[in-house]
Amino acid sequence: MDFSFPKEYELFRRMVREFARNEVAPIAAEIDREERVPMETIKKAAKLGLMGVPFPQKYGGAGAGEIGYCIFMEEINRVCGSTATIIGAHTGIGAMAIYLDGTEEQKQKYLVPLAKGEKIAAFALTEPNAGSDAAAIQTRAVRDGDYFVLNGSKLWITNGDIADVITVFAVTDPALGARGGVTAFIVEKEFPGFKVGTKETKMGIRGSSTCELFFDDCRVPKENVLGQFGAGFITALKTLDIGRAGLGAGCLGGSQAALEMSVDFAKSRRQFGAPIAQKQAIQWMIADMATEIEALRSLVYRTAWLIDTGQRHSREAAMCKLFGSEVLHRCVNRCMQIHGGMGYMKKYPVERMYRDARITEIFEGTNEVQRLVIATDIFRQAGLRIT
Amino acid sequence: MRIIVTIKQVPDTTNVKIDPRTGTLIREGVPSIINPEDKNALEAALQLRERYGGEVIAISMGPPQAEDAMREALAIGADQAVLLTDRALAGADTWATAYTLGMAIKKIGNYDLILAGRQAIDGDTAQVGPQLAEFLDLPQVTYVRELDVIDGKKVVAKRTLEDGFEEIEAPLPALLTITKEANKPRYPHAAAIMNAYRQQTVTTWKAEDLEADPQSIGLEGSPTQVKRSFSPEPRGAGEVLTGPPSEQVKSLVSRLRAKNIV
Repeated sequence: MDFSFPKEYELFRRMVREFARNEVAPIAAEIDREERVPMETIKKAAKLGLMGVPFPQKYGGAGAGEIGYCIFMEEINRVCGSTATIIGAHTGIGAMAIYLDGTEEQKQKYLVPLAKGEKIAAFALTEPNAGSDAAAIQTRAVRDGDYFVLNGSKLWITNGDIADVITVFAVTDPALGARGGVTAFIVEKEFPGFKVGTKETKMGIRGSSTCELFFDDCRVPKENVLGQFGAGFITALKTLDIGRAGLGAGCLGGSQAALEMSVDFAKSRRQFGAPIAQKQAIQWMIADMATEIEALRSLVYRTAWLIDTGQRHSREAAMCKLFGSEVLHRCVNRCMQIHGGMGYMKKYPVERMYRDARITEIFEGTNEVQRLVIATDIFRQAGLRIT
Repeated sequence: MRIIVTIKQVPDTTNVKIDPRTGTLIREGVPSIINPEDKNALEAALQLRERYGGEVIAISMGPPQAEDAMREALAIGADQAVLLTDRALAGADTWATAYTLGMAIKKIGNYDLILAGRQAIDGDTAQVGPQLAEFLDLPQVTYVRELDVIDGKKVVAKRTLEDGFEEIEAPLPALLTITKEANKPRYPHAAAIMNAYRQQTVTTWKAEDLEADPQSIGLEGSPTQVKRSFSPEPRGAGEVLTGPPSEQVKSLVSRLRAKNIV
């Protein structure tokens, strides 16, 4: 068995780590404070092929697969949760939906510029009355000649106000509901009737934008139906599935950063005549952090390998998201405790990491939903269908 | 233009820590990187290629693992990469290294310019560049922070001196050593990183491919040998300036001036 990464991935990790250190980290505090999306970082990332890491090179991507994408998310989230969220929503779910279910024409027209970072993507499923109950979406799409007319709204959409291309899920047959009645559409921001609403003020990941989107008789050409008509829910679930592995990788990066900061601080902070690292209470916190991180690391990269080798991965991807977000929570919490008062002050990055972490247990399928996914899969394999 | 860039793979000494038990460097987990100023040399070569066309050939002498440095050079943009690796080459000091690189460069032939990093962060001698120029009988300009090629025939370079700059003109082919002030090395493109390992090849040469004289390479060919490495003792407590702040400032500035620091 060989648990080492192939050499190209080690070089890739080094490159992303340097990029993160030199281009992303220096403005992380500022974009959080000013609630500003760092478009300059997106441009730099696009030039290096970092906006389309997993997609094949023939579609303008880097050809690094899910393993490469997880490495990328890990290294970026080490330094900035906001930047990881922006690119994660763009690559991991927005563009990913088109990669998974788009026609060749749609991939050439939309995926290529998205993978190259020339355009930005968003993924619009959630609505005011449909969060975990995604099947309860109400945005309606009605056929009108060569178009579909969309009416409704979406809530809490990452990149909502900077996206050029949005994958939108709408009801095409209310009678069928989620099973056959939802269709995915590729919406360009220029389509008539599309409007961006409020940008939310958040606790964390404040350097990313989270917006309402309104569809007011929005006309979408029929060529922009994504995937099979009526099977939009499957497109949504397939996309969110893969997105979860990348999210787990991001949580891994944040946890790793929390551990390293804690080790450094414990070495230098002296109390009672010695570094606090000499105290068992601190040592046990460090040991617990490191152990969970090690376990998460194996889970994330094995799941990425399952995805890249075309194997079933829904259960493991849900585990990545579930375990990753909870490990991150515990790690940033211990990190703050180890840093003491300094961890609470805005002049140090610890409190920003703490605020950024919390959303990971909620978005992209709450951890409760992840548990359902995992349990349902386990019982399915054991012959029982959970309803 | 045909530009050769000499590259060395070195341990990342900027992040090295001391083992509290033995007092020596912790080598495990220290990543191997392309020597930072060699990246500046490669960047300078790529910028010349962008301006005037041609090809950039990266070359390195090292153990088999130095192949990763060559792959990285390809990913950054070099057109070709040549690795000189052979047990017979091991233990070389800067003289034997310059001889070996020189023989390889003669074999490559037909070059316009050789760019090298000023010095390596492990050996810190800055000797290989100048020695290589002498071996190949080329004009050399060292400590270069700016350069350009005129009409494909000569290079104009700005050298950094302790107390100022020098502008030197030299006919091609020539050898230049490049400092970190020269440019900001580009990152390799993500797709190029994948391709450097999955599609491109690194040419490997052994001592016999170079027709090298066995007594001029490796440990045998090294007139100098490293006897001992150690951290220097601190030289004394330093000088503490006294008096009112404005007097201390005057004193400090005059001392800095005397040492040509300002």
